[in-house]
Parts: sequence; C-alpha cells; structure tokens
Amino acid sequence: MGLGSLARQCQAVTRYNLETIWERRAVSAVAIFGIAGVVGVLVAVLSMAAGFRSVVTGQARDDVAVVLRSGSTGESASILNHQDIQVLWEAPGVARGPDGPLVSPELFVIIDRKKIGAGTDANVPLRGVEAAGFALREQFEIVEGRNFEPGRNEVIVGDGAAGAFEGLLVGDRIDVGRASWEVVGRFTAGGGIAESEIWTDNRILQQMYQRGNSWNVALVRLRDADAFDAFEAALTDDPRVSLGAQRQTTYLAAQSEPIEVFISVVGWIIVVMMSAGAIFAALNTMYAAVSSRSREIATLRALGFSRLPIVISVMIESLVFGLIGAAAGGAASWFLFDGFRAATINWASFSQVAFAFEVTPELLTQGIVLALVIGAIGGFLPAVGAARRSVIGALREQ
Amino acid sequence: MSEKDMAETQNTNGATGEAMVDVRSVSRVFQRGRTPVPVLKDLSLRMANGEFLALMGPSGSGKSTLLNLIAGLDRPTGGEVIVGGSPIHSLSERKLAGWRARNIGFVFQFSNLLGALNAERNVAVPLLLTSFSARERRRRVEIALEIVGLSDRSKHRPRELSGGEQQRVGIARALVNDPALLVCDEPTGDLDRATSGEILDLLVALNRDQGKTVLMVTHDPEAAERASRILHLVDGQLADCGHDGTIVLPAHEPAGAAV
Repeated sequence: MGLGSLARQCQAVTRYNLETIWERRAVSAVAIFGIAGVVGVLVAVLSMAAGFRSVVTGQARDDVAVVLRSGSTGESASILNHQDIQVLWEAPGVARGPDGPLVSPELFVIIDRKKIGAGTDANVPLRGVEAAGFALREQFEIVEGRNFEPGRNEVIVGDGAAGAFEGLLVGDRIDVGRASWEVVGRFTAGGGIAESEIWTDNRILQQMYQRGNSWNVALVRLRDADAFDAFEAALTDDPRVSLGAQRQTTYLAAQSEPIEVFISVVGWIIVVMMSAGAIFAALNTMYAAVSSRSREIATLRALGFSRLPIVISVMIESLVFGLIGAAAGGAASWFLFDGFRAATINWASFSQVAFAFEVTPELLTQGIVLALVIGAIGGFLPAVGAARRSVIGALREQ
Repeated sequence: MSEKDMAETQNTNGATGEAMVDVRSVSRVFQRGRTPVPVLKDLSLRMANGEFLALMGPSGSGKSTLLNLIAGLDRPTGGEVIVGGSPIHSLSERKLAGWRARNIGFVFQFSNLLGALNAERNVAVPLLLTSFSARERRRRVEIALEIVGLSDRSKHRPRELSGGEQQRVGIARALVNDPALLVCDEPTGDLDRATSGEILDLLVALNRDQGKTVLMVTHDPEAAERASRILHLVDGQLADCGHDGTIVLPAHEPAGAAV
C-alpha cells in the first residue's frame, strides 16, 4: 500500500467517522465531558499557582538586590541597623538617583485584617517605606486618593489588599494598638506583590513598633544586573556588617516556590485521578463507537480498505474528542477562573498575598497535551479491536 | 468507462469458456474451541468467464464460506483458489485487500451502505482506493448510478431510499471499479418479492449486457432460477445439478464431471 493510497484511505475513513459523530452525540458527549472536566480542573488549579507566581515574582528585577541579615530567609526574621544601611550606600555598583544612592531600607510588620467574604482574620503586611522605595518601584502609581505624608499616621493600600481585606478603602481608618491610621490612597505596582501590602512612612512605623533606627530589609538598585557579583562580594568581605544579598528575582522565586509546588502537586494528584476516570469514559465511548459501526468497518475492509487506516481513523476520532474536550475545559476555566481574585498565605512571610488566577497559554497547552494523551489511550484499544475484528462475522451483523 | 466500454470489455452473453474462477480441492476447517469443524471438504469448482452462477444449499452447508474464499475475504485451509488467473489463496492479507479492491464487486444482503453518506458518495467509496482523478471518479459514479437507474437519487442518503434503491446503490458501488467478478451474498434476502425481481433483472442485465461474471449465494429457488447455472452445496460438498443440466458431483468424483 503506497503512502498516497494510505493517506486517501485514512482521509476517507476519518472523514466518515467524524461525519457520524453527531449521530453518536450522546455517547460521544460522555468522553468529551470527561476530558473537559479533567482539563478544566488542571487549568483551574494550575492557574492559581500561575497567578500566585505572577504576583510574587512578576515585578522582580535582576538589577535589584534584596539585602537581609546574613542567615535570614525572609524579611520578618531579619534586622538591619543604621551602619548596615551606611555600608550599602557606599557599596560598589549601587545606582544613584537625584537624592543619592538608590537604597530603600524598609520596615516590615504584620497586622490583622478580616478577609472579605470569609470574615476570618488574616495577616496583612504593613511596610514602612521612604522616598527611595518609590524610586525603586518604577511602576508604583496612586490610582485613588493621594500618597501618605511623611510624619503623619497615614497609609496607602495596594490594590490587591484593598479588594481582599475589609476596611482598607480610601477614607477608612485602621486601628492598630494605640494608633489609628487613615487610608488616604490606593496604589498599584505593576501587579506585583507590593499590591498585597499597606505602606506608610518608615519613621512613623518605627516609632509605633518601637524599632528605633532599625529596619528589616533593604532594596538596592544596582547600576546593572552585572554589578551584583561585586556588590555581593563587597558585603560578604566587609567585616563591619553581617549581611546577605540576593537578586530580587532569586529571592522572590524562592518565596513563591513552596506554595507553587504545593498547589501544583495537589492539582496534579487530583488531575491524575480524574484522568483515570476520563480514560475509562473515552474507552467506553470509543468501544461503543466502533461497535455501532462494526458492519460499516467490515464493509470498508471487504471493499479493500486495509487495517491501518481503520486504526488511524479511530485514533484520530478519539484525539478529536480530546481536542473538543480540551477546548471546552480550557474555555470553561478561562471564563470561570481567569482573573478570579483570591488571597492566600505566603508561607515564606506568613502574610497574605492577594492574587488573581491566571489562565495562561502555557496552561492551555498543558491541558491540550493532557487531553490528547487521554484521547490516545482511550482510542488505542478500541482502534486495534476494530481492525482485528473478523470481517466476515461483522458483515453478517444486522 | 461507459456502458458501451463496459460491454466491450466482456462478451455479450454468457460464458466464454475461459475460467474466471478455478477452485481446486479446497477445504476450509474452522476451529471451535479445540474441535476442528470442516465446512468445505475437498471441493473443486470451475466458473467460466461471463457466467452467472447461483450457489444454493441449506444453512451451514458452506455456500457463504465458498463465496468468501472466491471473493478473497477468507483463505482456504487446503487447496487452491484461482480467480481471474491470480492464485489468491497464497496472497498475504494486505495484498488480498488490494486484490479485492481491483477485482471484486461486492453485493451484500443488507446493502451495507455507509449511513452518513449519500448515494453518490457511497458509490465512490471503492474509488478512494484507486489513483483516478477526481473528475474520473465523478464520471464513473455517474455512469454506475445511471446503470442502476438511480441518477436522480444521487444526493439521497440511505435512510431516504427504499430497500430496493439501497440495494441498487450497493450494486452501483460494486460496479464502479469495473470488476470482472460480482459476488452477491443473498442480494435479495432482505427484499420483498417485487423488489427482488427488479434486483435480479439488474444482475441478469449486468451479466448479459456488461458481461460481468456473477456468483450469487441464495436461499431463494426463484432467484437461483435466474442464473445460468445452479450449484447445490450439502455438508461442504457440491451435490446437485442445475436447471441447464450440468451435473456437478462432489469433488472426490472424477474432476471432468464437475465442469
């Protein structure tokens, strides 16, 4: 059998199979819905991980260094003093702005807020910043109200935090301990993790929490990404300080990893279990499809069609079911979950991160690949069975 | 191919005396579990080019098994099957499929049309195995439908056609590749008397006017009467005589008497 003949046979049988799907729509729908369910769950769960990753790492830069006390893995466990900050000002490779070195010492504390909807308490980051902090976050923008005034009990709230926690709208007041803070503005920061935070003046926050002249972290803008190694080496070699520096991309990727891995592992466990069910549904559908056409398949073989086009055509039909299921599941996920806002705890900082589910092209591709695998497994045995069935016996079926 | 072309490739009426089918000492044994069940026993048969032969016999006598061997759907346990000069008993399954596509026109009891395709697409199915151009395929389909008198029903699907019309489409499909041999397995078994008569008229005309060699398995004596020769199978052996007086003996008898 030449390739041309094989191709014509495959095309003819496949076309016929596909034209008769509508007549077998009820049983076909079982396979399609099964596959759509698996793809939908896969994409939905992984879109949560993708959204979380995007928020945590989306605005990370290679030319920004995160400096913590040596040995600290997160901001809460780190403390920096004035000498540390002075060393950073003088360190090699640090970029300079109009007001001096682009070094942003920041204080990081956590306050309780209630989650909108759930009503349960959640840890929300409250960050003390100063002018360099804004310069370092180029995408910072006040979208409602105004920025806080240094020296006053005023805060601005990230867009994600404002939507996820109660009492954080412009005009609201936040009572923390003996102090009362007024929300004077809402800001965005390019969709990054800063949008899950509340910001205020560094000095006011230091006084409120009796931190004296200390901070938790410093962000340092370098002249370029290549300057990092010399900068890090200078900190390590300086006997006056005990500091550790990481690129912001590395630091935030590590912050994001535990929850990403957790979501992905749980998601895949669910998906694998569902896939087993979908494979059985596809098998059942394809066996029924082949059985309902056994006389027609036998007729084609009697007329001279060979086994291979029969196998290929049944496989293609099953793969088409997979693609339809992938399209349905992917579309459902996209409509239901893309942009769906949620907040979860960032285990690295024990504070909440507000994020939106992100149904990305990569996730949809993963969904399609999974659907094709299910379709291929579900179609293989029925396809082989169809090709091996006795022509003579099938021809006499009524 | 035209009706005239078709006719010119064959003689005009009846057998030429040249063998279209030569079955030599064929046996076919099926396994039922561990028990061998012989269905055809050392059977020999010659069928002349242009002949219309009816095979009769009770259920289980082996007539369909014999038809399947001659049509290349099955292979014998022993003996030789030579059709149109080709020893098909020795062909591989793949080659046998190709041989069927080129040489055999099948007419089934239930027409076996593909339900989702209209008449002309059903007729065109065997042409998908050829290298004819699309234009040539269309031409052949039109001619085949014209021969069976269904040119005006070409766009209808099987469910929109009567049983007789469906069988005519099946015959057009059998003709479209211009095979020398038509094998018909109970072609009127699912039809009423009047419609059966029309289908048999068509087969007779194809044999007489187009020179097609026709091998027909039937239970119906009236249908068999339309053939030029009738053979009876009993217990896997030829055992009777036709209305033309040809005597056919079981294969273990002297071979010359069987033709």
